[in-house]
Amino acid sequence: MIKNKTFKSIIEKLIEKVFSISGLLTSILIVFICYFLFKEGIGFFKNSTIENGYGLYVNSKNKNLNLSSQDLKQIFDGNISNWKELNGINKSIEIIRIDDVFSIYSEEEIGENYENLSSKTSELIANKEGSIGFFPIEYEPKGSRVTKLPTNHLKLSDFLRGKEWLPTATPAPLFGVLPLIYGTLLVSFLAILIAVPLGLGVAIYLSELASASQRKIMKPIIELLAGIPSVVYGFFGLVVLSPFVQKIFNLPIGETALTGSLILAIMALPTIISVAEDAMRNTPRSMREASLALGATHWQTIYKVIIPYSKSGIITAIVLGMGRAIGETMAVLMVTGNAAIIPHSIFDSVRTIPATIAAELGEAPSGEAHYQALFLLGCVLFTITMIISIVSELISKKSYKKY
Amino acid sequence: MNKKINQKIAFLLFKLFGLVVIGILIGILGFISFNGLKVINWEFLTSNPKEGMTSGGIFPAILGTFYLIVGSLFIAFPLGVMSAIYTIEYAGNGWLIKVIRMMTNNLASIPSIVFGLFGMSLFVNKLKFGDSILAGSLTLGILVLPIIIRTTEEALKAIPDSYRTGSYALGASKLQTIRKVILPSATPNIITGLILSIGRVSGETAPILFTVAAYFLPQLPSSIFDQVMALPYHLYVLATSGTDIVATRRMAYGTALVLIFIVLLLNLLAALIRRKIEKKSKY
Amino acid sequence: MIQAKNIHFYYGNYHALKGINMIIDKNTVTAFIGPSGCGKSTFLRLFNRMNDLIENTKLNGECLINSHNIYDKQVDVDELRKQVGMVFQKPNPFPKSIFENVAYGLRVNNMGDKSFISQQVEKSLKAAALWDEVKDKLHKSAFELSGGQQQRLCIARALAIAPEIILMDEPASALDPISTSKIEELIHDLKQQYTIVIVTHNMQQAARISDKTGFFMSGELIEFSETKKIFLNPDKEETQNYITGRFG
Repeated sequence: MIKNKTFKSIIEKLIEKVFSISGLLTSILIVFICYFLFKEGIGFFKNSTIENGYGLYVNSKNKNLNLSSQDLKQIFDGNISNWKELNGINKSIEIIRIDDVFSIYSEEEIGENYENLSSKTSELIANKEGSIGFFPIEYEPKGSRVTKLPTNHLKLSDFLRGKEWLPTATPAPLFGVLPLIYGTLLVSFLAILIAVPLGLGVAIYLSELASASQRKIMKPIIELLAGIPSVVYGFFGLVVLSPFVQKIFNLPIGETALTGSLILAIMALPTIISVAEDAMRNTPRSMREASLALGATHWQTIYKVIIPYSKSGIITAIVLGMGRAIGETMAVLMVTGNAAIIPHSIFDSVRTIPATIAAELGEAPSGEAHYQALFLLGCVLFTITMIISIVSELISKKSYKKY
Repeated sequence: MNKKINQKIAFLLFKLFGLVVIGILIGILGFISFNGLKVINWEFLTSNPKEGMTSGGIFPAILGTFYLIVGSLFIAFPLGVMSAIYTIEYAGNGWLIKVIRMMTNNLASIPSIVFGLFGMSLFVNKLKFGDSILAGSLTLGILVLPIIIRTTEEALKAIPDSYRTGSYALGASKLQTIRKVILPSATPNIITGLILSIGRVSGETAPILFTVAAYFLPQLPSSIFDQVMALPYHLYVLATSGTDIVATRRMAYGTALVLIFIVLLLNLLAALIRRKIEKKSKY
Repeated sequence: MIQAKNIHFYYGNYHALKGINMIIDKNTVTAFIGPSGCGKSTFLRLFNRMNDLIENTKLNGECLINSHNIYDKQVDVDELRKQVGMVFQKPNPFPKSIFENVAYGLRVNNMGDKSFISQQVEKSLKAAALWDEVKDKLHKSAFELSGGQQQRLCIARALAIAPEIILMDEPASALDPISTSKIEELIHDLKQQYTIVIVTHNMQQAARISDKTGFFMSGELIEFSETKKIFLNPDKEETQNYITGRFG
């Protein structure tokens, strides 16, 4: 009997340990998510500004060059045609890619196993003062008349301040996050701007005006709105909302920031309504009665007493709605048109951070700069939502002691 | 009476807002049902997509979503329930529990695409599961873990302390009390959480994009290391990258309706169970 | 003058007030006493229609103030509540500044401009014997005041809109003895200008401050007359029992 009991208590202890480990599970997972996200994300900065395994070469006469990724893009796009514009010699720019080498020299000259390729690239760069070569390092040009342009690591400041997101540009991809951040913020703020008045109105209706039976109808409707998958919202936005927006505002395309905001507003509504309604319902009865007893109307009581009293709950509702909007992926991906350009109006196509990850991760080879850049975007997103989550927790915990 | 008129206008506006919200839901459901019902028939539900997804059905996607539901909840459900048991029944009220609760809230607030990134980097690449049911289920499992933990915690909190003391007074150990008294009475509420999680898993797209979902598969999966098609991803594909927009659109309406139907049904079920519990607890 | 004629009141099926008749004179203090659940608070809350806020209730009978039936369909409830102020059991200041608390009633009723409001706030705070304690911190949160001060603030708030009648629902039950005596003094002073009806648990309090006292039990008004008579020489045995503590 006694022996049996100790055996039992050992099992109890053991199971308690199992419980406590699973209790810590969410914390462990957060740490894991942080680790994997940031490990890949930080790896981004170990990449050089130009494509891995390639180098850029110019003629040695061409000095004083300090080319940024932006400059390189301008050169290779043909927007800059003379080195003078970049502090170099007065010669027009001639771009030489490895393919060009094969069209200039015959197969025999290059050799069966490309054994002469390196000397041919050297020859080309050495003879043309205005040339710039973009070659694999294996076949890099050598000699005193060739200068290899120094390559830098990708920098945080370029990432944060870059105005262009062109992850597949050659030779130097551009990873400027600004258009994505602007896109995300524009779409989310606009969505909140639409959703907050509507959501608070419905919350007031539910907590103050609706009869018990009206509440019984409304509550499940709001739960259902929260339950509809985001891809269905996206689909609805694509086939209904976006043609609608196009028609009403007479636009060339209907996939705009506004369309995304409308869909996001609908998606943020359930969060805003239910959190704000809870807050208003928690206003003490005594506050309500005091106001009414002074001859205030019901509406005066609502906006002068109940709303100020439940202010922190309402702010939490808005912040959580914002979080929902910023992190939303599929619906936005489907209706905003996905142009990675800094938007100038709500009728522009935009691309948000989550949509970028979803659209590009499939094509970015694991371990390369582009892949890691997308993880870095994930880190940005993760940080933003963490801040939102912690802020909302702090606000909702704040006591009502202060007015 | 100025303030009376203000009140009338404000209240009218709020009622209107309420109607707008109802209108939105009816609009979305109505539109998709109207177009989807024309497509759905037995063949649509039971056959493979044909001719570049312009005809045939969505059976592999339904099956794939079913596998993902089973897989993710097989992982998340026991862990979530155990985690909630720990926080409510064992952990007391110290700083640790505050940290745990905050972490659970934080986990719930992480955007689903970030789970996709995490799943890809850990399960697909690091652990070398590849794009597979296993990787997808694990990712989705983490996603719904906070939902299960929260609903289970609520369920456990709702059980009066008198049950616990009553059981201890009869000489039952803590574990016995949990197993024989607390869990049975909390079960209906926990099941509600389970159902809501199923709804969430069946609708999520972003986390499965890079961990499991396939554009098209000629045959059904045979092991947990195979890729599957899934309803939400299938809808995304049909809506955005069909070869023949008009023909695939029909398929998309049908898929959207099936997806909404599943979510509606699950919500309804959860609501029914909840109502039943409320009725019971009145006596 | 308040006149209640054969008042019956129901919470759902529960018959809370059973045929009550009463006349309350102008510029008097009337106290309601009785055991918990006897209906005295419910009766008090009829006079400013506060019971309207509770769902599923029913009223029969008439309640007249200055000969108007306040439950008449044409009556503007907000106007009525402006005339009939109320102080609650627990101090319930708004989460606003001291000044804004007192100004609230004036603002929601559009009474007067800025200078009038600040005059009125000062006057009311003085009338509530709170002015000297708060005059230097009018714009601080009302929650910084002590419980007794908060309750006097709530009285000042009620006074600011110049009601004719002030209803007090156990205004001192949550306060310490010193604050209680301050409130009692205040009630005594206010009698000159206002008609005061007060519900109290505390019989000594009723004896100290009121002109007339009504004793309630199980939804009935057992006895209503001069306070002296109720406490020294009641007509009914139930009253006698309750007063002398032999009740129950």
